[in-house]
Amino acid sequence: MKTGSALSRNWLVFYAVAYMVFLYAPVVLLPLFAFNDATIIAFPLSGATTKWFTVLWETEALHSAVENSLIVALSTSAISTLLGATAARAMARYRFPGKRGIVGFIMLPLVLPEIIVAVSLLVLLMQLDMELSLWTVVGGHVLICVPFSIAILSSAFQGLDSSLEEASFDLGETRWGTFRRIIFPLVLPGVISSMLITFTISLDEFIIAFFLTGTDVTLPVYIWSQLRFPTKLPSVMALGTILLALSVILLILGEWFRQRAAKRQGIEASATGGFM
Amino acid sequence: MTGKDPRAIIRMQDVTKFFGSFQALKGITTTINEGEFFSLLGPSGCGKTTLLRMIAGFDEPTDGAIYIGDEPMAGIPANQRPTNMVFQSYAIFPHLNVADNVGYGLKRKRMSRAEIAAEVEKSLAMVDLAGYGKRAAHELSGGQRQRVALARALVMRPKVVLLDEPLSALDKKLREQMQVELRQLQQSIGITFILVTHDQEEALIMSDRIAVMFEGQIEQVATPEQLYRHPVSRRVASFIGVMTLLDARATAQPGNTVRVDIPALGTVDLPAARVPEGIDLAKVEKIGVHPEMLTILQDEHETAERVVEAEVASRSYYGDMTYYSVLLPGANAPATISMRNTFGRSVIDPGAKVKVGWGQDSIILFK
Repeated sequence: MKTGSALSRNWLVFYAVAYMVFLYAPVVLLPLFAFNDATIIAFPLSGATTKWFTVLWETEALHSAVENSLIVALSTSAISTLLGATAARAMARYRFPGKRGIVGFIMLPLVLPEIIVAVSLLVLLMQLDMELSLWTVVGGHVLICVPFSIAILSSAFQGLDSSLEEASFDLGETRWGTFRRIIFPLVLPGVISSMLITFTISLDEFIIAFFLTGTDVTLPVYIWSQLRFPTKLPSVMALGTILLALSVILLILGEWFRQRAAKRQGIEASATGGFM
Repeated sequence: MTGKDPRAIIRMQDVTKFFGSFQALKGITTTINEGEFFSLLGPSGCGKTTLLRMIAGFDEPTDGAIYIGDEPMAGIPANQRPTNMVFQSYAIFPHLNVADNVGYGLKRKRMSRAEIAAEVEKSLAMVDLAGYGKRAAHELSGGQRQRVALARALVMRPKVVLLDEPLSALDKKLREQMQVELRQLQQSIGITFILVTHDQEEALIMSDRIAVMFEGQIEQVATPEQLYRHPVSRRVASFIGVMTLLDARATAQPGNTVRVDIPALGTVDLPAARVPEGIDLAKVEKIGVHPEMLTILQDEHETAERVVEAEVASRSYYGDMTYYSVLLPGANAPATISMRNTFGRSVIDPGAKVKVGWGQDSIILFK
């Protein structure tokens, strides 16, 4: 019996280690080859260099792709968080006919294959004779990001005791003042979580961006186009390294902010929801 | 608008409320006096909280009118009414410290920071929390949260403070302490308090007057003593305190007295003052007896107006008191008798034959 449990514990350790290697080895390779002084992505490594980063700095097309991606990601995170907040608030506070069905339909894009969403959106836009641009990409991204916003924000809104709003109103504050002084500060950690998550989703989303973008490409689409040229591979690795560092910083920042805000609120901490 | 009372701070005229097809309030008409501690007492679902929320302005009556200090409140939202509420959950703003919680409502008034700080400190001192201003909301105990909620209401200088089951979240000992403190505070500042509670003991301890509500209606409004001694109906009686019900018949006698025949005790004539108004004597089937209105006679010297033989069935010992369950001759259920365990008085064992003393005043006749 005792040896049996020791054996299964060894297996568990092995499995856990293997899992971590599988998950993070590719991530470690990224910066490794980004600083490698060779055009071919292969071992053994041949000395350190930062020239691939210099190449990035000098590529005009990359700059505009980054700019496009930032525009799309910022717009997406703002719009979907706003829509998500209103929906989460309605879900937490009001009862109305067909609520379950409506919520279900809003959450559906979460499980719908992205390729389906992308193709059907493209067909729709063609039918409507609309020109493809960054804004059509934003539309597609909002569609897939709103469910994430709702999931994050509904826990924040549900944790909000409705008597807090009544107390504020009872103390002479207006509806708007109550929102500004009570509701908003209390759901702020959720709002920031939602903005960070949707920003990240939009930033690295490829399929919808690929289908719905016009002449302006986003970063993932640009990276994909560069993969056709083997000589550019190391600089793509460098770009990936930068993105990796950036998203790790963003996530740590977001979590730090959420915990700080939750701590300030004391007992409400568990109700605000987090993504880590 | 009949019987306008100059002492009245709140008047309710035929207040009715429907939630869909459910009638939560069925025509409430009553008056609450200035400086009074008034309780709305009743079981859950009787409409007491609905009524309180309408006074506060969170809900509008379907029909009828509420006046606060002669002004009709119809259409006036909660943030413009001269009332402030202490919520059941206290609703302390979790992201603000104690001082900011208490000063929350003052920030909308045109007051300087120094004025607000002074008012907040004064209000905190009133609830024994002087110097707690910098504490964060989550650092407070249950009792302290309750005090902060009260200070936050008092600082607004409302005409009426509304309390929605404010002590129900506290443990027994703290609750009893707060009942006394709250009552003393109310008396010292002289503001009208309206308390909603389902705890009859709490209502008796704290109130000047109590309105007992059942199924959307007020059944009786009276002082605690009147309510306890002279409940108008069986359901009021059974809601206030412990009461033994005994089979009885009542018949009118010449000279406005009423003869009550109680098989378990005997026959007694009650004067008109002890008979509730509008009672239908033919329908009287039971009378009520409070536990302390019967006494177990222990030695030869003890006497009572009337005496019956009985047997102790069981007892519950509470230290200062013992509650006996006593079988009266011919009664179908045992009667409860409470006795103080004063010196010289021993606790009686079950099975003992005892003499039970009672009198005219022991009997409560109700509709």
